[in-house]
Amino acid sequence: MGELVKSNVRSHTVGTTAVVYASDYLNKLTGERIERECKKQLDSGCRALVIDFSDTELVNSIGISILLGIIDIAEKSGALVVFSDVNKDTIQLFEMLGLTRHVVLASNEQEALSSLSTTTKQSQAIGH
Amino acid sequence: MEPNTQKLIHSFGALADLGQEIADTGDFIEMVRTSLHLLLGTLGIRRGAIVECPSHLDTTNCLAVWGLGEEYQPRFLVEDADRGALLNLGQGALRIYSAVDSNESGLAPFLARHSEELRAQQIELIVPVIVRGRVTGLVVLGGKASGEPFTPEDIEVLGAMVRHIGVGIYTHRLLAEVKQRAEENERLYQDLRAIYRDTVRAFAAAIDIKDKYTQGHSDRVGKYSEMIAQELGFGEEAVEGMAIAGYLHDVGKLVVERDIINAPYRIDAKQSSELNRHPGAGFDILSPIHHPYADIPLSAKYHHERMDGRGYPDGLTDLQIPLGAKIVTVADSFDAMTTDRPYKTRRTFDEVIQDFRRNTGSQFDPIVVAAFCRALLKELNGETKERRFLKMLGKNYLDAEKDAPLLRQLLNELDPNTQAAAAGTNLS
Repeated sequence: MGELVKSNVRSHTVGTTAVVYASDYLNKLTGERIERECKKQLDSGCRALVIDFSDTELVNSIGISILLGIIDIAEKSGALVVFSDVNKDTIQLFEMLGLTRHVVLASNEQEALSSLSTTTKQSQAIGH
Repeated sequence: MEPNTQKLIHSFGALADLGQEIADTGDFIEMVRTSLHLLLGTLGIRRGAIVECPSHLDTTNCLAVWGLGEEYQPRFLVEDADRGALLNLGQGALRIYSAVDSNESGLAPFLARHSEELRAQQIELIVPVIVRGRVTGLVVLGGKASGEPFTPEDIEVLGAMVRHIGVGIYTHRLLAEVKQRAEENERLYQDLRAIYRDTVRAFAAAIDIKDKYTQGHSDRVGKYSEMIAQELGFGEEAVEGMAIAGYLHDVGKLVVERDIINAPYRIDAKQSSELNRHPGAGFDILSPIHHPYADIPLSAKYHHERMDGRGYPDGLTDLQIPLGAKIVTVADSFDAMTTDRPYKTRRTFDEVIQDFRRNTGSQFDPIVVAAFCRALLKELNGETKERRFLKMLGKNYLDAEKDAPLLRQLLNELDPNTQAAAAGTNLS
């Protein structure tokens, strides 16, 4: 397991997966920090992103726009995106706005990492 | 929660955030960027841009981009016909992929020019920014993350938000223009002040030419008056006003016969009476002029008044004499004492201090004399960058070691607290 990144955004890596923790309120300031962290992780070779929303109570429109930007960057890099531990209201919001069409939802970080492991193995098998 | 209710709450939240963002008078580009995020996030739109197209420009200027690629800066040619068509868009937005919209909107020429670029960037919708009946910009938007088409309700929400953004851009631009004009006006004002000051100084030099013995007198009185005003804590404009009052204090001498002004002997009573007309004449000359500074005519009129009422032209006393005139009086007297005259050489600094000591309270205002002494003492102590007194008095006139104690002693005597203490001692 990689080291914790000492910045305003908490994150760590598991293999080629980066786990990034969203803050309690995902607005412009916090959203842009998460976006920068995700970009940094993708640039350093991560092939999957888990964004953990366990601390997140609210996501506003700016947060949605920034998350869509992260999804876009990840797709362009060929990376998968998993949202983990998203509360019920936020899931409804993500579904309503179509974000869930582009990401996998997991109930917690472990499940997110497991689902990514399975997906990666399947991809590798298909590749062979 | 019902999906429609949730959508409404989400949209209202975004509108509230947008209103707050637009009201913020901070960074303009940041405001537009945040507004774009709010717009995209309200309907889950994956990409978009806001461009402005002021009426004096054909080509748009990109203000904010999101999701369109890091290097891409949309730039469109918007002709007058396009503006007209954008104003009359039936549904408030142009759908790029709708054949009906393309043909019936009157924007076919615009689309012909830009459709390739728009398709390459996966732009689906263009919403014109309309403020006060004019197209001031465009919001170009990609598709929704849900993959669903834009509904009429979506377009209404987008229209409302774009109107807000338009007003925000318009207001910020207007404020910037007002600020720019204010700065231009300030520069012009400063230029005018400089021209005014130079003109007055040239005029002062012309006054002094009439008096061959006191050339440069008005200029020096202007500078001494300025230094006293600074020491008294006047504001920048008031200090400048005092300099002008000093430059012009003797303007009335223009009406006095040259022979009297240049008499190489002590003038008689009749001639003196003629010379004493100059403060009143100065007031008459300066009064019709609209000066940017207060009390310039009064400073000229009353610079020969005395605190004890024995001055001229009106025999005013202490509080009746404007402070400006009291300042010019001290400056004028100091220069008269420290320059050679046809009938006598200039006094030593020790003699000048004795004169101030003798006449402060009767002729000079103690506050003004004290300010003058403090200004001179600061220069002698090396506390000032410029050696302004030295320049006017010449190298050999002042001796810091000898003269600074004289000034300190006089200041001590003029200090009301010292005087009160001395009075207390005497009483006891």
